[in-house]
Amino acid sequence: MHATFFILAALTIAGASAAMGLRNLIHCVLALTLGFVGLALLYLSLGAQFVGFTQILVYVGAIAILAVFAIMMTRSAGPHPQPALSAFWITGCVIAGATFAVLAWAIIRSNIATPTSAQPAVSTNQIGDALMHSFALPLEIMGLLLTAALIGAVIIAMPQNRSSK
Amino acid sequence: MTPLTGYLLLSALLFSIGLAGALTRRNAILVLIGIELMLNAANLNFIAFWRYGPHPEALTGILFTIFSISIAAAEAAVGLGIILAVYRHHKTIDLDHINTLKG
Repeated sequence: MHATFFILAALTIAGASAAMGLRNLIHCVLALTLGFVGLALLYLSLGAQFVGFTQILVYVGAIAILAVFAIMMTRSAGPHPQPALSAFWITGCVIAGATFAVLAWAIIRSNIATPTSAQPAVSTNQIGDALMHSFALPLEIMGLLLTAALIGAVIIAMPQNRSSK
Repeated sequence: MTPLTGYLLLSALLFSIGLAGALTRRNAILVLIGIELMLNAANLNFIAFWRYGPHPEALTGILFTIFSISIAAAEAAVGLGIILAVYRHHKTIDLDHINTLKG
């Protein structure tokens, strides 16, 4: 266990819990971006460079911006007189805490033998090779899914009265 | 504590934070963000098992994570589209006030 892991883990957890706990929605998304950056740095420290940069591009670059746009288009960034938490928030917290307790118990109880191997070097070349050869079918299905999601999102978000005219 | 245990515990904690947010927040956008956090926790598990697994040269963990990130992007786009449609209909995205599916 290196000090890097603890610093990055603290960064990620702080970002994630601030994203779920703050009242102002814009602050929530900014904290979420911090958590995503922490996760990307964790991927980089684990040797998965391509995934780390993809994480920054997709999550920090696209999803956080998309969430900010959605917040502004739904006018939910202003001051809220009503509480930010749902009426049954205690039940939700208990469920989440119980989930973490069960997961942590299972992880600590199982003695996972990890071979202390050297950090595997993966080049983008190898990833592209695998995507084009052994993972070609999942890649095609992913393209189909992304196309369907793109068209579906546009149709869902389109104003309804356009078709009734 | 082995490094893999540390990463798995971090991932479990991240998953629980996302679950708590998805279950307790009233704003639909934050519920979606909580679900994204849970997906990210699963991605961290994939990468950690790939790094400390017996066959890191197989690249399976990395490719699963790449596919999972693309699915998360599609899910965020569709989810935010649904939230916009719900907002146009109900004039709010407060989940405590949206209690009907009838149009």
